[in-house]
Amino acid sequence: MEHTIVRTEKFNAYFGANHVVKDVNISIPKNNVVAVMGPSGCGKTTFLRCINRMHELIAGATCEGEMLLNNEDVYDMHPIFVRLKIGMVFQRPNPFPNLSIYDNVIAGYKLNGIKMAKAEKDKIVENSLSRAALWNEVKDSLHKKGTFLSGGQQQRLCIARAIAMEPEVLLLDEPTSALDPISTASVEELLFELKKNYTLIIVTHNMQQAARVSDRTAFFYLGELVEYDDTKQMFTNPKDTRTQNYITGRFS
Amino acid sequence: MTQLENEITSLKTEVINMWILVQSQMNKAREAMMQFDKDLAREVVMKEKRVNAFELKIDRDCENIFALYCPVAVDLRFLLAVLKINNNLERIGDIADGIAKYVIESPVNFDKKMLETTQVTRMYQDAINILMDTRIAFEKEDTILARSIFKRDEVLDTINRGANTNIGALIKEDVKIMDEALYILSIIRKLERVGDQAKNIAEEIIFYIEAKVLKHQEVKK
Repeated sequence: MEHTIVRTEKFNAYFGANHVVKDVNISIPKNNVVAVMGPSGCGKTTFLRCINRMHELIAGATCEGEMLLNNEDVYDMHPIFVRLKIGMVFQRPNPFPNLSIYDNVIAGYKLNGIKMAKAEKDKIVENSLSRAALWNEVKDSLHKKGTFLSGGQQQRLCIARAIAMEPEVLLLDEPTSALDPISTASVEELLFELKKNYTLIIVTHNMQQAARVSDRTAFFYLGELVEYDDTKQMFTNPKDTRTQNYITGRFS
Repeated sequence: MTQLENEITSLKTEVINMWILVQSQMNKAREAMMQFDKDLAREVVMKEKRVNAFELKIDRDCENIFALYCPVAVDLRFLLAVLKINNNLERIGDIADGIAKYVIESPVNFDKKMLETTQVTRMYQDAINILMDTRIAFEKEDTILARSIFKRDEVLDTINRGANTNIGALIKEDVKIMDEALYILSIIRKLERVGDQAKNIAEEIIFYIEAKVLKHQEVKK
């Protein structure tokens, strides 16, 4: 039986009086890739940001309901601890511009004041960059600035930075929307590898990407979770007409 | 209407046009057989090239839609079904061509009484009706009509199974009709294949509309 790592019960999110995520119930199995798709403004990114408590950083943003990580409510945990357990990669690659590749990878430790011996740092850097399929490309230039890398490499550096903290879940908010097809393919290839060790939740506007990379797909519309199913089922025979209309481009 | 919808609508029209041509080929081959009209039979053989051209065009159009639009859900099922329906229609076209060639090759007229006794006339009409109804089912997305094809194909199978005995008995009565009788037996075999192809097409129509796979199922469809 699959172990559920993230589960929500009647989860709602608001921006002031604006109700943007409505009564969402979802169970995300461990070591799965779950794609979240839906039209702009449907609440998918807000939902993603609620999982690691980024939503509450915005003034006037609130939420209610249960958001469980391994059966414990993340809203009962310290937000920093939540973000250590649930890493995030954003739409545009955002390596720290003044830090080297090496320092970018261990930035999470530095920012949290965690001190380590050099050998330990070296191990984390090599391990994280290898898992992010970037080690071979940058091992001879670890002390160059991260911003010298190509877009795809920068995004993989951000993924390395996120996994350096050994999270259980990785949230990816349209991680390839700013990348060319070659870089997109390398990041997608990486996602297949990463799911062996992590659970990935990816927001994407690219339906083909959702179909290619995910095990399960969730379709959001007007803040509601309309359908959540096996990806193959969703893309061959969706149950809800709204899902079918969206994925076939007949949405009005 | 999205561009993909436009492409799918014109592909559907194209498949229907191919269907109408194949129906016409079957009708003409029947007429040629009944009237022993070798000129009409030659016309069927000539027009077979048009059926093949339709098949290639539809294959190419499907390939383009797959490559350019990455269809999913009902659109994906439609295209997968069309690829197979296209193939089945082309084979029915080959069958009409084959029957027409028998008419051209046969040195003697087919005896009308023999055509009736062997039930080939009835079988032919049934095959043509089944082919027409599968087209209507495809056009109107009517899965009830598509399901009715399965039972009607069994009638063709029954006639085919009895053909050896019937034709054997006719040959025993008069060995001089041997050549003619063997041509008719071959036509019966071909018509039975039309029933099978129509059944395959009906399964594809149901797959496209209801997302149900009925192939290789022995249980009641």
